[in-house]
Order: sequence, then structure tokens, then C-alpha cells
Amino acid sequence: MVGLSEVTSAIEREHISSLLVHGKRIDDRGLFEFRNIEVEVSPIEKAEGSAQVVLGGTKVVAGVKVDVGPPFSDTPNKGVLTCNAELTPIASPFFESGPPDEQTVELARVVDRGIRESKAVDLEKLVLIPGEKVRVCFVDVYVLDYDGNLFDASEIAASVALMAAKVPEVEVNEDTGEITVLDKKQLLPISNIPVSATFAKIDGVLVLDPCLKEERVQDARITMTSTQEGNICAFQKGGIGTITLEDVDTVIEVVKEKAEPVRDLIRELTKEVRGEI
Amino acid sequence: MNNVTLVRKEPSESLFREDGLRLDGRGLDELRPIRMEVGVLNNADGSAYVEHGKNKIVAAVYGPRELHPKHLALPDKALVRCEYRMATFSVEERKSPAPGRREVELSKVIRESLEPAIFVYKYPRATIDVFVQILQADGGTRCASITAAALALADAGVPMRDLVVGCAVGKIEGKVAVDLSDVEDKLGEGDIPMALMPTKKVITLLQSDGDFTPEEFKQALEMGIAACEKIYEMQRDILIERYSKVREEVAEEQEEE
Repeated sequence: MVGLSEVTSAIEREHISSLLVHGKRIDDRGLFEFRNIEVEVSPIEKAEGSAQVVLGGTKVVAGVKVDVGPPFSDTPNKGVLTCNAELTPIASPFFESGPPDEQTVELARVVDRGIRESKAVDLEKLVLIPGEKVRVCFVDVYVLDYDGNLFDASEIAASVALMAAKVPEVEVNEDTGEITVLDKKQLLPISNIPVSATFAKIDGVLVLDPCLKEERVQDARITMTSTQEGNICAFQKGGIGTITLEDVDTVIEVVKEKAEPVRDLIRELTKEVRGEI
Repeated sequence: MNNVTLVRKEPSESLFREDGLRLDGRGLDELRPIRMEVGVLNNADGSAYVEHGKNKIVAAVYGPRELHPKHLALPDKALVRCEYRMATFSVEERKSPAPGRREVELSKVIRESLEPAIFVYKYPRATIDVFVQILQADGGTRCASITAAALALADAGVPMRDLVVGCAVGKIEGKVAVDLSDVEDKLGEGDIPMALMPTKKVITLLQSDGDFTPEEFKQALEMGIAACEKIYEMQRDILIERYSKVREEVAEEQEEE
């Protein structure tokens, strides 16, 4: 939950936007450059899958737990996938504990959409007994340090955690409907790798992967998630500012170039567990 | 999970191996491997990461800072608040993200184990917030949380009388043993989580469940204090290491100037 409002000085705002006029950023990055991305794969042994992502000064941990349960009644032939986020008060002096607020829910839902709509997890392969028993995957993202752009850090963490997840194999007795959990492990069925790219719009200028200082002065935010085919599987405009058709064009063009290296990184990180994808 | 038969390896008959050591190869007074790190987060005023056995814990301190809502402020001292939370994926079966009664109680006892070490009267009307996030739980989380939180408080520069160290002592198959692992905690006969201000040698947390004779209880306390003192050495070393580095960095910067 986000408490007290943060105050940004007019000087800082001016500093950031006057640099942008010259195509420069406060941390010397190019306008469309991600910060350094560091990923630790499977740091949490008790989770079926997990990943810690450090994106610049932002740090998140995602964990995947997989259970067996009933499917949703409108999708009897699909497994269940739920993404949840926690902005823990550890991460920022402005986060407070309590039930998820708007910002938290938006983060969780944008990450969820990227994974769901790209069909990252092949939910149909998670069915054990159609209409009755399916695998239920929970992806929980915990923010530990907040330095802007939680969307992309969380999306990477969620993807890597899902791809690295190992779940117990099960045996289904067709007659009795009994499910036996075996001692062997298998990977989750993954059929795509979504990558999100988040932009801040500050005084009409778009920048990729905003740090906290940039986020605080942004007028609008754009998150676009792309599939490995280069299609758009999720889009979210945020903030009270406006965006133009040209902005959307720019975002699409930048994503074409910048998403693939991130996807390659995710492939590389999970190669040991999954082999080549 | 209805209708699901769990076929998992049975826990072995005994919690001791044939050579008399515990399942993980430890003696009765031996701690699990412990790793500590200080200053792991940017935003928090102080932070620490502790691995104690398979426990993985992040602690962060914010403060002394202004208190909201203001009516909670204490006229003569700082209000210490503590929140202990477990990640949904920190345990075998996914935990609900909402805090349960256990987390509420542990937040309280952790706070009460830390506050005696803090000079709270230096900061009237302010708050010192301690947040503990369990990323992975493996028995004895509250004790390892106290160890981590005390490091985070020190890292935040909060004036303290002493550090605080936590360790649990328990009883497994009639024998008193320090620092129970998850399986020993679940299958053992009792558990005594305790915390110590090590230089003052005073206890700031003491709880117990299970069955102990008065002799066993006393023995457990003595073993617990000895274990806490070992952890305290590590705590002190890691703080010295961290801050001698900081001192060097500052000296280098001054030289450059």
C-alpha cells in the first residue's frame, strides 16, 4: 500500500526535463536503454520456482507455488494461473502494509496479463481431470527495493520463476479420480516468453525503464508487453497525462529492438533448467 | 487438496543418525550454517539479510522518522513498530498473503525483544519501524528475524545498548538440542525460542511449547545463551567488516578531495 505522498522539488523536475531536451538522462543512460539487469534463478528452494531480479536499484523476488484444485467453471479445460504482487513496506518509506491498493493491483494485473495473454504457460496442459482437477499456479511477486519500473522487473521475475519451476509429477487414476503425487519432478509447459517494456513520458519525451526520480515526475506511463513473435499481448497506459498515436508508434518501434535482448537473457538464464527454447 | 494422496518419502524413524549426530550431521550444541549481510537495500535506512540454515530473511528499518497517524505518538519516547511477514512461497504449502494470527503474535514478540536494546527516549514522538520479510522458512524464523532486525537497526544507526541475538533450543527424543531445524521442530517434543542482549546477558524473548522438566528447561537456557553468543560474534564481525569498508571508502574520498 502506498502511504504519504512524495514531494519532488521543482528544481529536480526542471533538471530532469532540461536534460531530456538534450536527449540526456540523470543517470547518463540513453533514452531507450534498460538499466543493468541481474537475475538470480531459484534462490528459494521451497518454492517450485523462484527468481530475484535486480533492475538498477529496484529489487523484486518472485515465487511460484503449484497446487491441485478445481478449475474455474467457465474454463473447465484449463489450469489456473494467478499473479499477485506485494509492495512490502521494506521497499520504500512510502509503502505501507495493508490490503493491496490500486498501485499493487495494477502491477499484479499487468504482469498477469503479459503472462496469460502471451500464453506463456500452456494452461491446457495443466488439466489433470477435465472439469474437476487442474494444477493451480500462484505467482507471487514481492518488491524489496523500489527504484522505479516495478512492471518490467516483476515481469522478468515472474517469467523466470515460472520457467525455472519444477513441479511434482502426478498420476491420475481415471476410474477413481484419485491423484497421486509422485517423487519425480517435471517442468511447467511454457510456450512463450513475454517481455514488458515500460516508458515514462516526461514533458513530451519518452524514456524506457524509468528510475524512481523519473517516475516521480512522469506525466504518463506506458507498459507494453510483447510476445516472442513480436506481437503485443498487453498494453497499459498509466498516470494522469496523455499519450499520442506517435507515442504508441515510438513504443512499438523501441520494443521491437529492446525486448529481444531481454528475452535472450531469460532464455540464457533458464537454459540450464529447460534446455534451449 | 481433496482426493490427493501424498506419496512422499517418509520422515526417517529417528531424528538421530546411527553415529549419534542429528540428521543434518550436527551435534546437540551445534548451530546450522549462518550467513549474514548488512546494508542490502538502498531505500531502507538500515537493512540486513540473514540465512540461518535454510531460513532466508530480509529485515529493514525505517527511522527514527515522523509518525503517522500522529495520535499514536508517545510524548516521551519513540514508538517501535515491527511487522513480521512470511512470503506466500516461503513454506511448503502456499501461505495466504494476508497476515495470520501467528504473524501478528510474532511481530509483537520480536518488537518486544528488540525495544529493550534501543535508546527510545532519545526520540520522543518519532517512530522506528522494523520490517521483517521471511523469504524462506526453515524452523526458528522468529529467532533469525531478531538477529537480522538487530543488524538492520545497527545499520540504520539507531543508538542501541547492545545487539540482540535470537536462537531456539528444543528437545528431540529426550535430548536438549540448540537451533532446531524444520523437521526437528515439527517432530520434536518441544521448542524454546529465546533472544539475548549478549553483552548485558539479559533475555529479551522467551517462549516455549512442548514438554520440558525444570532441569531440561534450565539446561536449554544455558545452551541457548551459549549459541546466541556464537551468533553474536558473527553479527559483530559482519558489522565491523561492513563499517571498516565504509570508513575506508570515506577516507579514500577525502584523500581525492
